[in-house]
Amino acid sequence: MAKYLLKRVFYMFLTLFIIASLTFFLMKIIPGTPFASANKLGPAQMEIMKAKYGLDQPVPVQYAKYIGNLLQGDLGISFQFNNRSVTDMMVGRLGPSMQLGAQAMILGTVVGILLGIFAALRQNTWVDYSSTFIAVLGKSIPNFVFAGLLQYYIGVKLGWFPVLFWRGFEYTILPTIALSMLPIAIAARFMRTEMIEVLGSDYIMLAKAKGASFFEIAFKHALRNALIPLVTVLGPLAISLMTGSLVIEKIFAIPGLGEQFVKSITLNDYPVIMGTTILFAALFVVIILVVDILYGIIDPRIRLSGGNK
Amino acid sequence: MKKSKFSFLLILTLVFSLILSACSGGDNKAGDEKPEDGEGTTGETANVPQELRMLDSSAIPTMDSVLAEGSTSFTYINNVGEGLYRLDQNHKPVPALADGEPQISDDNLVYTFKLIDSKWSNGEPVTAHDFVFAWQRAIDPKTASPYGPYMMGGKIKGAEAITEAGAAGKPYDVTTLGVKAIDDKTLEVTLEKPIAYWQDLFAFPTFYPQNQKFVEEKGEAFASNAENLLYNGPFVMETWESTDAEEWVLTKNPNYHNADQVKLEKITVNVVKDSNSAVNAFEAGETDMTGLLSSDLVPAYEGDERMLSWMEATVFWIKMNQKNEALANVNIRKAIAMGFNKEDLAASILNNGSVAANYFVPKDFVTLDGEDFREKHGDLIEFNAEEAKKYWETGLKELGVDKLELRYLGGDTEAAKKTDAYIKNQLETNLPGLTINLESVPFAVRLERDNAMDYDLQFAGWGPDYGNALSFTDLWITDGGSNRMGYSNEKYDQLIKDAQGKLATDEKAQWEAQQEAERIMLEEDAGLAPVYQRAANILLNPNVKGLAIYNYGPDYSFQWVTIEGEE
Repeated sequence: MAKYLLKRVFYMFLTLFIIASLTFFLMKIIPGTPFASANKLGPAQMEIMKAKYGLDQPVPVQYAKYIGNLLQGDLGISFQFNNRSVTDMMVGRLGPSMQLGAQAMILGTVVGILLGIFAALRQNTWVDYSSTFIAVLGKSIPNFVFAGLLQYYIGVKLGWFPVLFWRGFEYTILPTIALSMLPIAIAARFMRTEMIEVLGSDYIMLAKAKGASFFEIAFKHALRNALIPLVTVLGPLAISLMTGSLVIEKIFAIPGLGEQFVKSITLNDYPVIMGTTILFAALFVVIILVVDILYGIIDPRIRLSGGNK
Repeated sequence: MKKSKFSFLLILTLVFSLILSACSGGDNKAGDEKPEDGEGTTGETANVPQELRMLDSSAIPTMDSVLAEGSTSFTYINNVGEGLYRLDQNHKPVPALADGEPQISDDNLVYTFKLIDSKWSNGEPVTAHDFVFAWQRAIDPKTASPYGPYMMGGKIKGAEAITEAGAAGKPYDVTTLGVKAIDDKTLEVTLEKPIAYWQDLFAFPTFYPQNQKFVEEKGEAFASNAENLLYNGPFVMETWESTDAEEWVLTKNPNYHNADQVKLEKITVNVVKDSNSAVNAFEAGETDMTGLLSSDLVPAYEGDERMLSWMEATVFWIKMNQKNEALANVNIRKAIAMGFNKEDLAASILNNGSVAANYFVPKDFVTLDGEDFREKHGDLIEFNAEEAKKYWETGLKELGVDKLELRYLGGDTEAAKKTDAYIKNQLETNLPGLTINLESVPFAVRLERDNAMDYDLQFAGWGPDYGNALSFTDLWITDGGSNRMGYSNEKYDQLIKDAQGKLATDEKAQWEAQQEAERIMLEEDAGLAPVYQRAANILLNPNVKGLAIYNYGPDYSFQWVTIEGEE
């Protein structure tokens, strides 16, 4: 297990290094100026600005400097926000994004799994149809529509929860619900299909024959096996939720990573683009590892070490 | 297939219900009118907390007056700082730290300002040395200020030479810049040439003073948050955590020399980038003032007294690259400039109060003796499909071709794409044989391609940095830094050169020279195809009075704002 983990961690760093290098060179190909006032800068001034940000150096030199700084944990200074270190910026924004993502993920999976289970156990009844209807809604309607509706009806009209901002738990409720619609849909659909399959298998028949109760069958025997495929889907979904939902953050004025990342791309804010890409990539490889470890926990037959060779 | 149709219908229903519910807000009274800044400040304010809660659409990229380059930065720097002059409620620069008007040399080049007694928020006096330090810092190539060289080059003596030496890696001396402290209270500024709009220049945040000791002590941390800033304006920043912070609070500055005038005690600002959300927050009573509304929201508030609308001094136009052989032909240019219906564009596509522009110096921007710059010539190049076709055919004949294909560089936002598609359709319909290939690119790419003149037609716009028509007319002088479309006309150059030089002190003559230059550029040469002048709209609680809204530099001043009680 330890050997396996070490190997995985080594590959994780290698992957990150390749991603950082690729992003760096891809970014150099992106056309456009990083200077907001470019239409007002004369040629002499443009030269001075380039020199300030080290953009006057040959690309390999810029790359070597960047990787050197990266190894020391220095991601540079944002072009857009004067004197703001990219690391500080990301640390400050990661909190809200992670909290919102985690809440949406937990709410989404719990509700989704329950919906899926009940739909499978009550196949072709109104329970099943309602669950499917909710899943279709969650999957087919973009979350910004939910966000807008929740904000207007629950926030403005009913005044139950704050409309905007990120100042305490009650501020997280509407964005969490809006963001959890997709995981609800995904979890419910997967759970239903898997449960139906598992419920038809021999060992469930055996459990039933032995007189196991409804809840025993559903939660003790069936759930565990039905969870495995779900974990595979939810891993990457967790990343997209935790690295910030661009639209939800924008609509609820949450100071998170998602919107910032997109803005940095449109403004060619190179250090921020690089920093967030590396952070997203790091989260991604870590989650993949966590998913693999989870497989082993859910089903001990899956061995992490890849079997004894 | 069935499912996707169902989803589409469902989304459509939900979106419509959203729009309809958004439209239901507010009662419909009064027409949209230009805000009368400073009016109504005499109402009932007793016992009403003088606190303004407002939304802005962007974080503050920097509070360092020397490094600032956008209106968000300028707005807050202007509210917590002050220079020799300050824009008043009627957009006019009035002496602020300058003790009355300066002494001006006979050749109109040397200005000697006496300073009033005023303090920084740490108790130190604001001195002439603070101006010298800030201006030298702004022009120093090491600082790489975006606006320093732009605002000073060709205006303050020595500025251009310092920038050029810095860019070439040659030695330079910032003390050669034409600014000198005669003593603590006397500042001497030497200009490169007489400048008609010098008061505007000295009201601009780039020219604000900075306390040398404080800036050097803070080093890299200077202006990075509220603690690392000094203030000498109407307000101080009570909280502002960093340059990307999405919330900040300003409070009244008791040390401000004009503190009696300031009634507002506190301003809380939050960043909301989504216009719909800002409107929801306004309707929920969570804010008194939104940022600029996106144009799709404006029709819903038409006639609502809570919507404040005004004409911005920003004009959008189509630049025509005259290095392109076809666009070097004046008839082809006239055909394009006259070949699309701008009124329809403004009314149907934009639908936010923006108006068709048949000019490039905007209306409601500069006046002389009460007369708007636009009054003399008004519309210079209007939509006329028949005329356009005639010019087009003549142009094609002169070029010896029967069709033309042009690249059109436009923005990549939904609004930009709609406008560009409309213009393409109009031009292709009205000018037979014309094919326009739209290239929708992000703003940063457009700027770069503009610099490289890599386009045939380009949709672009311009907002001024000072209150003189020159901030528009000097764009098109031959080889001018912002020309970048190859327009050249000797007569035009001469008129602008005169307006910038020998006529600088004769307001009337300077004004007329520019009016004539604009006429030549548009009427004779069709050097540019003006499209529209943009309107701005915000939602403002009617209890908020005295908000000053500016056309250039800072967006707003809160100095004269008061909050009145409910009626």
